[in-house]
Amino acid sequence: MALCTKKRPPEEERRARANDREYNEKFQYASNCIKTSKYNIVTFLPVNLFEQFQEVANTYFLFLLILQLIPQISSLSWFTTIVPLVLVLTITAVKDATDDYFRHKSDNQVNNRQSQVLISGILQQEQWMNVRVGDIIKLENNQFVAADLLLLSSSEPHGLCYIETAELDGETNMKVRQAIPVTSELGDINKLAKFDGEVICEPPNNKLDKFSGTLYWKENKFPLSNQNMLLRGCVLRNTEWCFGLVIFAGPDTKLMQNSGRTKFKRTSIDRLMNTLVLWIFGFLVCMGVILAIGNAIWEYEVGVRFQVYLPWDEAVDSAFFSGFLSFWSYIIILNTVVPISLYVSVEVIRLGHSYFINWDKKMYCMKKRTPAEARTTTLNEELGQVEYIFSDKTGTLTQNIMIFNKCSIYGRSYGDVFDVLGHKAELGERPEPIDFSFNPLADKKFLFWDPSLLEAVKVGDPHTHEFFRLLSLCHTVMSEEKNEGELYYKAQSPDEGALVTAARNFGFVFRSRTPKTITVHEMGKAITYQLLAILDFNNIRKRMSVIVRNSEGKIRLYCKGADTILLERLHPSNHELLNTTTDHLNEYAGDGLRTLVLAYKDLEEDYYEEWAERRLRASLAQDSREDRLASVYDEVENDMMLLGATAIEDKLQQGVPETIALLTLANIKIWVLTGDKQETAVNIGYSCKMLTDDMTEVFIVTGHTVLEVREELRKAREKMMESSRTVGNGFSYQEKLSSSKLTSVLEAIAGEYALVINGHSLAHALEADMELEFLETACACKAVICCRVTPLQKAQVVELVKKYKKAVTLAIGDGANDVSMIKTAHIGVGISGQEGIQAVLASDYSFSQFKFLQRLLLVHGRWSYLRMCKFLCYFFYKNFAFTMVHFWFGFFCGFSAQTVYDQYFITLYNIVYTSLPVLAMGVFDQDVPEQRSMEYPKLYEPGQLNLLFNKREFFICIAQGIYTSVLMFFIPYGVFAEATRDDGTQLADYQSFAVTVATSLVIVVSVQIGLDTGYWTAINHFFIWGSLAVYFAILFAMHSKGLFEMFPNQFRFVGNAQNTLAQPTVWFTIVLTTVVCIMPVVAFRFLKLDLKPELSDTVRYTQLVRKKQKAQHRCMRRVGRTGSRRSGYAFSHQEGFGELIMSGKNMRLSSLALSSFTTRSSSSWIETLRRKKSDSASSPSGGADKPLKG
Amino acid sequence: MAWSATSPGANQPDNTAFTQQRLPAWQPLLSAGITLPLFFCVGLAFIGLGLGLYYSSNGIKEIEYDYTGEPGIGNCTACARVGERVAPPHPNCTCQWCFSLPELFQGPVFLYYELSNFYQNNRRYVVSRDDEQLSGLASALRHPANECAPYQRTPTGLPIAPCGAIANSLFNDSFKLLYQRQPNGPYDEVPLDRTGIAWWTDYHVKFHNPAPINGSLKLAFHGTAKPPNWPRPVYDLSPDPNNTGFVNQDFVVWMRTAALPTFRKLYARIRHVNYSAGLPRGTYCVNITYNYPVLAFGGQKRIIFSSISWMGGKNPFLGIAYLTFGSLCIITGFVMLIVYIRYQDENGDGDEDE
Repeated sequence: MALCTKKRPPEEERRARANDREYNEKFQYASNCIKTSKYNIVTFLPVNLFEQFQEVANTYFLFLLILQLIPQISSLSWFTTIVPLVLVLTITAVKDATDDYFRHKSDNQVNNRQSQVLISGILQQEQWMNVRVGDIIKLENNQFVAADLLLLSSSEPHGLCYIETAELDGETNMKVRQAIPVTSELGDINKLAKFDGEVICEPPNNKLDKFSGTLYWKENKFPLSNQNMLLRGCVLRNTEWCFGLVIFAGPDTKLMQNSGRTKFKRTSIDRLMNTLVLWIFGFLVCMGVILAIGNAIWEYEVGVRFQVYLPWDEAVDSAFFSGFLSFWSYIIILNTVVPISLYVSVEVIRLGHSYFINWDKKMYCMKKRTPAEARTTTLNEELGQVEYIFSDKTGTLTQNIMIFNKCSIYGRSYGDVFDVLGHKAELGERPEPIDFSFNPLADKKFLFWDPSLLEAVKVGDPHTHEFFRLLSLCHTVMSEEKNEGELYYKAQSPDEGALVTAARNFGFVFRSRTPKTITVHEMGKAITYQLLAILDFNNIRKRMSVIVRNSEGKIRLYCKGADTILLERLHPSNHELLNTTTDHLNEYAGDGLRTLVLAYKDLEEDYYEEWAERRLRASLAQDSREDRLASVYDEVENDMMLLGATAIEDKLQQGVPETIALLTLANIKIWVLTGDKQETAVNIGYSCKMLTDDMTEVFIVTGHTVLEVREELRKAREKMMESSRTVGNGFSYQEKLSSSKLTSVLEAIAGEYALVINGHSLAHALEADMELEFLETACACKAVICCRVTPLQKAQVVELVKKYKKAVTLAIGDGANDVSMIKTAHIGVGISGQEGIQAVLASDYSFSQFKFLQRLLLVHGRWSYLRMCKFLCYFFYKNFAFTMVHFWFGFFCGFSAQTVYDQYFITLYNIVYTSLPVLAMGVFDQDVPEQRSMEYPKLYEPGQLNLLFNKREFFICIAQGIYTSVLMFFIPYGVFAEATRDDGTQLADYQSFAVTVATSLVIVVSVQIGLDTGYWTAINHFFIWGSLAVYFAILFAMHSKGLFEMFPNQFRFVGNAQNTLAQPTVWFTIVLTTVVCIMPVVAFRFLKLDLKPELSDTVRYTQLVRKKQKAQHRCMRRVGRTGSRRSGYAFSHQEGFGELIMSGKNMRLSSLALSSFTTRSSSSWIETLRRKKSDSASSPSGGADKPLKG
Repeated sequence: MAWSATSPGANQPDNTAFTQQRLPAWQPLLSAGITLPLFFCVGLAFIGLGLGLYYSSNGIKEIEYDYTGEPGIGNCTACARVGERVAPPHPNCTCQWCFSLPELFQGPVFLYYELSNFYQNNRRYVVSRDDEQLSGLASALRHPANECAPYQRTPTGLPIAPCGAIANSLFNDSFKLLYQRQPNGPYDEVPLDRTGIAWWTDYHVKFHNPAPINGSLKLAFHGTAKPPNWPRPVYDLSPDPNNTGFVNQDFVVWMRTAALPTFRKLYARIRHVNYSAGLPRGTYCVNITYNYPVLAFGGQKRIIFSSISWMGGKNPFLGIAYLTFGSLCIITGFVMLIVYIRYQDENGDGDEDE
């Protein structure tokens, strides 16, 4: 068990000296140990008890217990309170202990990860938690970074290293970090061990993209920036090893600082319950006061004269004081209206529901072997009330796998999959993918189904060859060949990787590059192109080009880019081709694919020379270098010849569009918050059907200033208003009550709108004076996509909706960048089975597929909510029915706080006689089968509108309870007033009365639970019948001779059960009470079922909705996207890699050497054979005169 | 336990009906087919039962007399006045109540006394007893429970047996029934059977005398004091050795405290051979030994002759309640039927689906 020290004064600045633990220890920086657990073995009992007694209810019962020890007040034995209290405390403690145990386990798992630390000159394996600030640690490829490190050196040249920051900010493209030059030479351990630089930097903070510090070494100062830092949570990629100096550790790391504070989440039902308990408490005090006044009056009028037979207690000298004591006595006996077992029962039910979630086979992911997991057991019913879902994109909606899906080459589209009968094949019924075995360099994981493309390549169609040649040349991918033929691409964005891999499989293998050359294996033949220029990508250009000189000396420019940009820059002769390609592009876009247009242009030698000259000048320019370069690039990327287009599938998680459609039908609004770029996000919005072309308009807010953003939002609103006219501006966000009205107003807006907002605009939109405007606009839209948002902004958006909408929010994500959002939302869901576990650790629920969300909400959530509501209604009812009898009895016993029941009955009523049936209902009840709740998502609505348990329902339950208690008292009263037994002896003795009332009460509440139970499993039968049986068994046991003879003063009711229950009159009373209590309820429910079925009779409701629903389903299928054109140029692409390549900075010498080696080497004889065959077809220029095949 | 995803081997959830929430279940619905017949059946059954209860209750005869002795009412005013002035134990005072029966009072006949406004159900009263003592435990005899206070010990420190307010307030009026067969004829005493008026379990299980010492109950109670209100100690309650001490029937009946401030307790049965059919017509007088003051707190005392039926004593409430509720059920049933039919007309489709 790791003990993490916690309290330290806030830091002003941080100093860390490498390899000097003694020095660093002076500052007592946090160690790299993280602690999310709350207790350890020693502190568990006191801390847990302390926490539990912070619960008002528990303290209240403790207080009652103390009251009961005062003899003048004690109207009940102490055990009637202590037994349930101990039971409750124990159950809660056991649960807390289990929870904490698992937290310990996961903490330990993280803390005990191994890392290599340089200690006294030797690399030693150390657990993460033992890493200290100032240590130098070694990271290897694909390892998680253990703490926030200053990069010292790496295996790559120039101290570069690549990291993936998905865990941290959700961006999946790789990033480059570079060590400062002086340290990048410290490659080997001996040098590192002598390194004694001192870093002075900012104190720990949560800004992921900022770092400022200074390294003092050898009397020199070196500025440090974020570019030199490796943050905890990142993964090292494509870098064999690197060394880093620990700057921030454990809780001080930016990752942990960013993870937000852990809030104890309560469900809205919890809060409502607390309010209600307070009300009940007030009610209790009122009753106590009424009865105390009654007592004072009674003692004054009657009691004082009745002293002949019943003198006052010694301490009591006046009726007033007696009334005062009686108040406390009544507080004790009426305490059961504040149900002590309520909280623990609720916990038990939630635990049961959590287990059902864990056990659900339909939420088990076979592929990743991960079941769904309810990590907290306190939020289940809120899953049935979700109105807003905030979803991360990468890793949640998408798998973050890019797949080369389709392409259009010279007017012909490839990539459609046909089944045997020639129809377009749906997923799952695909034939075998095509066989790439001819190509020994092919990537085995690449799959493609359309054989005609391979045929075209094999036949030697020049356009196809040129197409793939472009793909193999025009990119910034780095290759690595560890063994001959084992190629690894280090793509900066997965899109590029997918394209280059596609080219590789179709026989255009990008093999290696040097700053000046690119070596490609074209159909088995190694060809080295001279790389003349890389016209790098940027956000404005939305394209990239390379200029290469082929082996024949011809210079050609290859360009790939967004369709909108590229299609305008084509040579007019492409007109016809452009039309067909545009059709294809539209088709691809309609399928939700990311498209790129490819084009080339032949350059004359002279022109190029002249252009290169200008480019050089532009690049050397002092001012506005960027602009100048851009215009130079612009000039050459013109009049290009269209080659075709590619379509890349950003592979969605399974079932995402269906899930989103279903959740939308369930009236849940889905907002996508992503760190990705706008284009990517919008693209995914389309492919998962959040955005459709049927939408009236998609508003895009990209303003950089407050005014711009405000203006854009205002315009969007105006447009929506205009089109609907009916809408005033009376959105009200204040009360929950009006939310139903609000929804209707929103629905009244004609047309569907979507809002896309950028991170920097969002920053303005979230400011206090604009947040309402933003929310108003966003909520009027069907779909909202926020892109480029920081983790903090994600949380702010969630917070905003929470604050004004009073709706239940759910956040789902997979990365560390989602942690704050997950923690902020009412419910946080983590996608498990991915590499990172931060999101899962912070989440309340986790599973491995986004699509399980529908089951979690529509099935488990809905049931949980239903069950919890039914449970609460019944629970309050039964306790009021039980307790209020004392109140009525008070008027007939001189307000003396005499209980109606036997004290054992009071002790056991809540924990034995009536607990299990209602628990069984709370755990197992179902109204409609699970398939139905998926078929008819509208069934989810009562939860969102909070219809099943609210203050109104509560009052109905209470009223029913009071009604029952009145009958429960006055019917036996009426009967017993004058009645005698059938042998003439007295019937109306106190004990018989107690047994009669208790028995009718148990029977009435059992019948009532039977009425409430909608799903009678064997367990329900067992518990309901069992409870009745147990009641009678205990009754007879308690009233037996044996117990009386052992403890005459404790079991005074001896012989009572057999005497009382043998009387027909008693049974007539019980039957009468039962029927009078139950029949009105039956009548009421029946009438409600008949008159207002849509509220209660979900089954009927289901029937009604069915027809509508089917039509909607059909609609959903049809919705595709046509007519819009979007390009998804590898938008996770980053600028600057072209430069890096051309400078050769990121290439290590060995790879330069290797590239020349590979050109020379010929592989197997098969390849040689192939090369001969394809040689004639592979020349790029000679393609035009060959007829296209097919 | 599939609690943690990290525990190996436990990953795959079990495919059982229980874990997958597919347990076979009965899903009842409040359909018209069940509800309407239910209401009519319950209604009819209740009306039937109600009639039966009502008539059997009506068949029971009761004669009662309030002998509290409120000023100006009845014959016991003088006795009541005496009792008020003097602290207990009270001097004997008798009064008489005479009534005539025009016809046979169908037997078996029970004689009850009824107290009103007497709070035997007051919490402090109810707890003021020691069942250990009453069950004959020797230790409890000497050390009465604290709940008995202030009737736990005498001012001199002697333990009171039986202790507590209930015992102390034992009802001690006594009644003697005289029968005058002919007008102006002699009064015969009607024998009152005062055995078996307590519950069998109380008499045999709950209450026991302490073990007699040398065959004498008096010695067993040696060292205890009588309750202050009592005229004589507990072992002298009755000359009958089976009916004295803690197992005195009157005492046992009294100790079974009443639920409500108005209660009646059985005093005696009339089942002597001559009166086995009931009380024959004629004039009767009850000689009341008036010891028990109730006027001070506004209490009332009654004496009641009553017969019983299979369902106990006179109890009009049950019958009327059953009749009322039965009728309500039928009416509700009709209302529901009308609603149901109208609803069906409007909607057309059936109700019995699902």
